[in-house]
Amino acid sequence: MKETETLESKQASKGSTERISGSEAVVKCLIAEGVDILYGYPGGAIMPVYDALYKYQDQIHHVLTRHEQGAAHAAQGFARISGRVGVAMATSGPGATNLITGIADAQIDSTPLVCITGQVFSHLLGSDAFQETDIVGISTPVTKWSHQITKASEIPEVMAKAFYIAKSGRPGPVLIDITKDAQVSELDFKYEKCTGVRSYNPVPKLNNDTVQAAADIINAAKKPMIVWGQGVILGKAEEELKAVIEKAGIPAAWTIMGASAIPTSHPLNVGMVGMHGNYAPNVLTNQCDVLIAIGMRFDDRVTGKLETYAKQAKVIHFEIDPAEIDKNVKTDVAVLGDSKESLAALLPLLNENTHEGWLEEFKKLYAIEFEKVIKDDIHPTKEGLTMGEVLKEINKQSEGNAAIVSDVGQHQMIACRYSKFNKTKSNITSGGLGTMGFALPAAMGAKMAAPEREVVAIIGDGGFQMNIQELGTIFQTQIPVKIVVLNNEFLGMVRQWQQLFFDKRYASTEMTNPDFITIAKGYHLKTKKVTKREELAEAVKEMIASDSAYFLEVCVEKEDNVFPMIPAGASVSDIRLS
Amino acid sequence: MNEEIKTFTISIYTENNIGLLNRISAIFQRRHINIESLTTSQSEIEGVNRFVIVVNITEHQAKKIIGQIEKQVEAIKAYYHTDEETIFTESCMFKIKSNLLFEEPQIQNIIKESNTRIVTVNKEFFVLEKSGRRHEIETLRKELNTFGIMQFVRSGRIAVTKEEMKITEMLMAFNNQ
Ligand SMILES: Cc1ncc(C[n+]2csc(CCOP(=O)(O)OP(=O)(O)O)c2C)c(N)n1
Repeated sequence: MKETETLESKQASKGSTERISGSEAVVKCLIAEGVDILYGYPGGAIMPVYDALYKYQDQIHHVLTRHEQGAAHAAQGFARISGRVGVAMATSGPGATNLITGIADAQIDSTPLVCITGQVFSHLLGSDAFQETDIVGISTPVTKWSHQITKASEIPEVMAKAFYIAKSGRPGPVLIDITKDAQVSELDFKYEKCTGVRSYNPVPKLNNDTVQAAADIINAAKKPMIVWGQGVILGKAEEELKAVIEKAGIPAAWTIMGASAIPTSHPLNVGMVGMHGNYAPNVLTNQCDVLIAIGMRFDDRVTGKLETYAKQAKVIHFEIDPAEIDKNVKTDVAVLGDSKESLAALLPLLNENTHEGWLEEFKKLYAIEFEKVIKDDIHPTKEGLTMGEVLKEINKQSEGNAAIVSDVGQHQMIACRYSKFNKTKSNITSGGLGTMGFALPAAMGAKMAAPEREVVAIIGDGGFQMNIQELGTIFQTQIPVKIVVLNNEFLGMVRQWQQLFFDKRYASTEMTNPDFITIAKGYHLKTKKVTKREELAEAVKEMIASDSAYFLEVCVEKEDNVFPMIPAGASVSDIRLS
Repeated sequence: MNEEIKTFTISIYTENNIGLLNRISAIFQRRHINIESLTTSQSEIEGVNRFVIVVNITEHQAKKIIGQIEKQVEAIKAYYHTDEETIFTESCMFKIKSNLLFEEPQIQNIIKESNTRIVTVNKEFFVLEKSGRRHEIETLRKELNTFGIMQFVRSGRIAVTKEEMKITEMLMAFNNQ
């Protein structure tokens, strides 16, 4: 294929041009990028594009959410389960600003999104016109790239660049703002996919010397430990990671964002690190001799106090983003590159090993955690229902094959701790931003991207009410997503902190809730409310068996706490079991 | 790594796009790093801009900042250098009442000795321009201040580096891919 080069970006050229409007061009660009579903909400400044969507509705399905935040999170859920670019659309002004939380969430969790916003006519820019906001300016700190189109002729090239940037390298959200005049005027349309941007190097070239240096350290290690993150999933490196841990016999733990890349049942999967992670990998982070970080970024919720984090260990960091190297934790060897390629290069250099004695230490600490925490979470003897037993029941009924979309709070930590994951891309949650209200719309997006999968949203009574309006989208679009609200009548996670660190002063965390079942019924969903242990199994079974959307409310113990816990600012090895 | 706070000159080659200044300044703002000066202009390469930013930070911070800047899609390459590694200058202008030029013979001496250029003279005022290091400009300002300055303005630092910055090669490599 012959390539033409524009000034800054490369595009594969093919075909001739046709004369169409800018708004039609936008839709044709989406179709050319393989977009068949997008989420959004119309309004004045984006109406021409909606008109074009109407014309192409047999090729591209626009899902009308009930709030632009819902559209952004739905696009995130879509992207997270499928690895494809999620697309959200909104009008100018309030429509655009309503997208911002979802965009910020996608930025910190490296989710590929293309967000399209309408903008006032270009001659009105800067005049405080009706529904004008400087959305490019507002979104700058939370986007990977953003651009305003003021001429129809720019649309194909900018859209191609947007998709390329969103999905290449370390993915992220891109915002394209299109003035109304650019939508309504005509251009000679020809679409060429973008294959490169000269100022942007998405994947650093792998340096084999660094891989060798990493292998030498790993081969000499007595007590190596892996902590992997979402980079493994984004890089589609699950098989490579599995091969590495199995060959070298290295216990491997995961961050919230990395969950499910290796099945929960894998004998070398030693659980979750971080604030509410498992006891063994947290404690042993400070005893291992080599810490191998793969596609993770040493978030403070993972490291606890940095001054006492893995100081005894040599640190190896496999990472695609050079800015992450030494950002929080000083590394001995940094292997820059795509995780799939890097791990594939590492594998043949590793010696076979089993590290049996060292693995034993993980098992010993697991036994302690089981006795002190897990047993009471999943086999409770007290009267009230626990969140853990609900998760255990969902695992059982879904056979560990469900994708779990969790919101933010106690139920999120419980969902991450106790979900059984057989398949990758099964844990969809707001990790970096911790956005309450994420789960309901994200679950819709996930279910639509992967209709063959069981998608179960796990949400607190607080977070449910942050985007509760999306029940309307689920109803109208008939999205067969399963919704579980774990109702403790508190903003549980905040209440837990108030109990532990603010002397039980429960300031503004108690919730007087509406009757959720009546609300769900108003949207014509199948519903069930569980208040007793005896009802749980049957209700979960019915929910999983349902072919349509299902709303399950489980009233759980009001004042349960999530343990283990690394108090803020404490060392990972000072993790508390009670 | 050296934790001592030093003056660093950060040089950034970028695409010439609206909005990039915002992205770059936000990187400093988020980290509470005060920008001492910022200059942007065309670089030696057609269509490529160059930022010269002066900050007082540790080398450790400088490294991280460079990483964050290069991460921006439209930043081609960024570097940091100490004062010893660059040739740098600032320039300044003074507007002064014209009568002083004749009434205060001292002023003419100052102009001559400091290598200051007279840009224009008219009935009301004359304008001086000088390029140099900060301390030279400061000395000049203090000397002239005793006679009264109507306006004073100083530019940000501009700098070239002693080492080569291989931007052209990088861009060529992209074109040949
Ligand atoms: C948008 C937003 N606002 C506030 C918070 C702070 N916050 C974190 S967890 C939490 C409580 C969540 O309560 P709920 O949804 O009922 O879940 P639970 O912790 O009880 O499981 C709050 C308020 C947040 N993460 N996101």
